[in-house]
Amino acid sequence: MDIQLKRGLLDVCVLAAIKDEDSYGYKIIKDMKPYIELSESTLYTILKRLETANMLTVHSLEHGGRLRKYYHITAAGVRRIEEFKHDWKEIMSIYKFVTKENEGNE
Amino acid sequence: MNKKDFLARLRIGLGKLPQSDIDERLNFYSEMIDDRVEEGLSEEEAVKEIGPINLVVAQIIADYSSAGSNKAKTKTRRELKPLEIVLIVLGSPIWVSLLIAAFSVIISIYAVLWSVIIALWSVFFSLAACFLGGLAAAAIFTLKGNPVTGLAVLGAALLLAGLSIFAFYGCLAASRGVVTLTKKSVIWIKSLFIKKEAAQ
Repeated sequence: MDIQLKRGLLDVCVLAAIKDEDSYGYKIIKDMKPYIELSESTLYTILKRLETANMLTVHSLEHGGRLRKYYHITAAGVRRIEEFKHDWKEIMSIYKFVTKENEGNE
Repeated sequence: MNKKDFLARLRIGLGKLPQSDIDERLNFYSEMIDDRVEEGLSEEEAVKEIGPINLVVAQIIADYSSAGSNKAKTKTRRELKPLEIVLIVLGSPIWVSLLIAAFSVIISIYAVLWSVIIALWSVFFSLAACFLGGLAAAAIFTLKGNPVTGLAVLGAALLLAGLSIFAFYGCLAASRGVVTLTKKSVIWIKSLFIKKEAAQ
């Protein structure tokens, strides 16, 4: 898959994983597992990128005698998911057009 | 491998990265292992799930270098369109002469600056030369049986020596100033062009 496309998809997936409630690293990986396998280092890079883009904020909470980092989606992050949905509708219609064309050629 | 060994080897593997980045990564992996242990895995199993340490290090380093290459990509210059090439060629009588004029102005400012420096140094050298000449004259006056005049000339020579020492430090400071100014203006001119490139 095109690397830019994959990067964009992963960003939105991680945002979706924290959309309903704040989540932490391992839970994000577990929640995404049925859909996309994500390595720790990839997740770290995505989280950093989203934080820099102000699409999520990070806070530490005490958990079982240690600190755990929780990720919270921002309004910009929610907007990004909505944009993605909108874009994807367009892509799907383009996809339909492209596949129809191929069938016609065959 | 337990958690402690994993983190220690990760730290060694990431040795070249900035310290704060390494600490942040180690905290991240430490949390990942702790969360797995909390789910009932042993430390060894948790570390195994995260993957071979060499691969983890390689991935992190690759992330770093790809971030770097993205930055480099944004700096690459775009190709010129045919119309732009034609305009550049047709406009050359104007922009080439303007460029030459700008260049000559810079060169002449630079020449003026350095001539001031040369003038300052010549003051220093003439003061020093007068001091040496004064010493010789004082010796000659004394030998020819005129020690009072000799002493007066010696005094004047010493005064000139003092002035020349002052002048030496002044000249040195001025030269250094011009050199720093040159360096700074070169960097400034450079940044002007690099900024233009990034904006294109």
